[in-house]
Amino acid sequence: MIPLVKVEGLQVCGEGGPIVDDVSFEIAEGEVLALIGESGSGKTTIALALMGYVRGACRITRGVVTFEGRDLAQARPHELEQLRGARIAYIAQSAAAAFNPSRTLLDQVVEPALIHGLMSRREAEAKAVELFLSLRLPDPERIGGRYPHQVSGGQLQRLMAAMALITDPTLVILDEPTTALDVTTQIEALRVFKSVVRERGVTAVYVSHDLAVVAQMADRILVLQHGQMREIGSAERILHAPADEYTRTLMAAARPKAAAAVAPPSADGPILEVKSLSAGYGRRGGHKVLHDVELTLARGASLGVIGESGSGKSTLARVIAGLLRPSAGEVRLAGEPLPQTYERRSLEQLRRIQIVFQNADTALNPAQSVGQILGRPVALYRRGDPGKRVRELLDLMRLPASYAERRCGELSGGQKQRVNLARALAAEPDVVLCDEVTSALDTVVAAAMLDLLAELRRELSLSLVFISHDIATVRAVCDEVAVLYAGRRVELAPTRDFAGPPHHPYADLLLASTPEMRRGWLEETRASQGGGAAPPADPRLCPFLPRCPVAVAGVCDREPAPVRRLGASGQALCHHTAAELEAFQRAPAARAAAGI
Amino acid sequence: MSELVIDPMVPGPAPAAPARGRLALSWSRIPLSGRIGAALVAFWLAAAAVGPFLAPYGVGAIVADDVFEPISLRHLLGSDYLGRDVLSRMLSGARYTVGLALAAAAIASASGCAIALFAVVSRRWVDEATSRLMDAMISVPSKVLALVMVAAFGSSIPLLLAIAAVTYIPGAYRIARSVAVGLNQMDYVEAARARGEGRLYIARHEILPNMLNPVLADFGLRFVFVVLLLSGLSFLGLGVQPPHADLGSLVRENTSGLGQAAPAVIAPALAIASLTIGMNLLIDGLAGRSAGVGGRP
Repeated sequence: MIPLVKVEGLQVCGEGGPIVDDVSFEIAEGEVLALIGESGSGKTTIALALMGYVRGACRITRGVVTFEGRDLAQARPHELEQLRGARIAYIAQSAAAAFNPSRTLLDQVVEPALIHGLMSRREAEAKAVELFLSLRLPDPERIGGRYPHQVSGGQLQRLMAAMALITDPTLVILDEPTTALDVTTQIEALRVFKSVVRERGVTAVYVSHDLAVVAQMADRILVLQHGQMREIGSAERILHAPADEYTRTLMAAARPKAAAAVAPPSADGPILEVKSLSAGYGRRGGHKVLHDVELTLARGASLGVIGESGSGKSTLARVIAGLLRPSAGEVRLAGEPLPQTYERRSLEQLRRIQIVFQNADTALNPAQSVGQILGRPVALYRRGDPGKRVRELLDLMRLPASYAERRCGELSGGQKQRVNLARALAAEPDVVLCDEVTSALDTVVAAAMLDLLAELRRELSLSLVFISHDIATVRAVCDEVAVLYAGRRVELAPTRDFAGPPHHPYADLLLASTPEMRRGWLEETRASQGGGAAPPADPRLCPFLPRCPVAVAGVCDREPAPVRRLGASGQALCHHTAAELEAFQRAPAARAAAGI
Repeated sequence: MSELVIDPMVPGPAPAAPARGRLALSWSRIPLSGRIGAALVAFWLAAAAVGPFLAPYGVGAIVADDVFEPISLRHLLGSDYLGRDVLSRMLSGARYTVGLALAAAAIASASGCAIALFAVVSRRWVDEATSRLMDAMISVPSKVLALVMVAAFGSSIPLLLAIAAVTYIPGAYRIARSVAVGLNQMDYVEAARARGEGRLYIARHEILPNMLNPVLADFGLRFVFVVLLLSGLSFLGLGVQPPHADLGSLVRENTSGLGQAAPAVIAPALAIASLTIGMNLLIDGLAGRSAGVGGRP
């Protein structure tokens, strides 16, 4: 059989030399090939080259990209125009950025078909509705009349898939289509993408950095590093018997080890307590984000806070750091209540709680050198000689001392994040608040960062509040995990309890939605449809009610959920008892049957 | 301890070191139009600095045989309506135009920037009050204000400087404030605040260094505006007073030469045009350079 796509000896050069070099592969019709690698591995560049497109100052300097027997590297612009959007379609990572906010969704979805003159507007709209139906979008007849901001992120991603599929393309390129989504939303998108690709017999290229996601989608996997091929083979073989060293590194990094047991917290009382804390934004906190959150961090312990976007995780960190005034409740540091905002806190109180922001690119001042950034807290809090401390901190972060002279723009992503962490440690704090510190990093770099954090915890006996959306990351660092949903703490349990049931139904959904690195997981997992539903209007009711698969009519929608004990020391906000929850969660098959 | 085969964060290949600091201008990145602009601006700065020493004749000296003489070897740009040497008068006029405009633009940009920083790091009501005051100042037409001031106090160099500076402070403030407000939301400023830094430190060390690029571009624009304002005033006879003249008054005093196509009126007009266009090209070149930085590699 003649392959649909054939790439031979592809080289793409940018200003600073080759970005992609000597890449060759074939894609048979109806096959799904995954391109996997970290940022800078050239995976998006290759995906774009499959459309005969290169970004900015890049050029295809060598090799051929054959699609249906035609070399796209040599094709004229008007030939490419006929192919793009009609025969080859592209689904980008950020649907929010790909849609025009001032036009209705249907207008934009039918556009490729109209531009290429493939069907009349009426036919195109009928086709779009049909696609909305098979992409399992709610209210397929009318969703097209809405604007991009009126649908959720997961729905927007599926709408972009509809836009790509409306012309019945032969080849679809999916560039990290679920990376920006929450796990519970991602699973639905993955299922839909997979079934659409299978039903329509589309040939697909799936670009991702996440091996577990790729394992669900791909027939074959191509592993890339620094623009070069490391390995190509069937998904089965790559996942179970990787031949290449780098592939094995990637696999190891994708499964962070569970936290090694850390010295038991000392007995002299908790270092940080959050007491029935509520907070919000807008005039007088009108838009409430946190409801009555209760947390305790023992000295030397590490508390994970997980939840999806919008659950109030970052708001919690900002309130603890005093950057946002709570509307009720208080934060206590070593038993003493802290003033609500940073302006009222003493320098010593500020020193003892340090926050590490998620994105090192915006958290570090580009106009300052690493030495200035790290030296400032040392000087401000009078913690010794800044020059000496900067050298010590760089050493602690496994960075060479010469980096003190550099500016952040000259560091890699992982190095920047280390400087970001080092700035917090420069204050010699009692509590470090880590807000999604590994989310923006590549898998391998993030794994190294987690190792470093675990080591630092041992060396410096830090107390950590570790905020993340990724339960695997939290398990690698934390002793105890709090699960936030819609600003409420729905579960609190020791990390070891997260190995199995019972859990609050939302925590269970999170666990079941986290992709596992084996084929067939997507079909087997019991995770139900996620995302979209707003919490009930009455703030006293369980926030998870509209999405809960085990909600009891007449109880859950009438009365506030009580706090139940889970296991030895866990707590969950649920009407069901631990035993009931365990029974539900032990019988996934029965539940899946009931759910469908 | 770690099972990782490679540690991606030890030195390794860091991204290619970009230019140190944001202000380091790399000549190779400025497009041709920007280089032409830079050359024109440099020429006029040099003319303002050393021009009067190179002038072949005195500023007020009547040296030519006739008025509105054409270009000749004796008078490279001809003579003016009184028979004075146009080149000599332009070389000294450039000093007034460029010098006054530089000083006024510098005062306007620096004050605007300082007030903006103060407003942004202060409490909300201070920011509101300052912004409304500046809005009120923007609503006063600059030419009319200048006319009234000159009519009241008589024209003098310090007064012209003050008028030009005050006129353009609100504009500079608006630009600087919008940049500073954006920077004030950055995580590193939040981090500084959560660390307990004072307002002065945050304004001076965290915000100001990152504002310089847009503020400098704005300074260039203000410079052009001031040149045009001063030239306009001089054209109305309210600017620099005879026997001294800036480029604008040179155009005005020689308008009667237009009919004879005298170089005396064309040359200073071209001088103003080349100075303002050159500055605009330079700013566009620099702005284009900085806009190209932030994108995805």
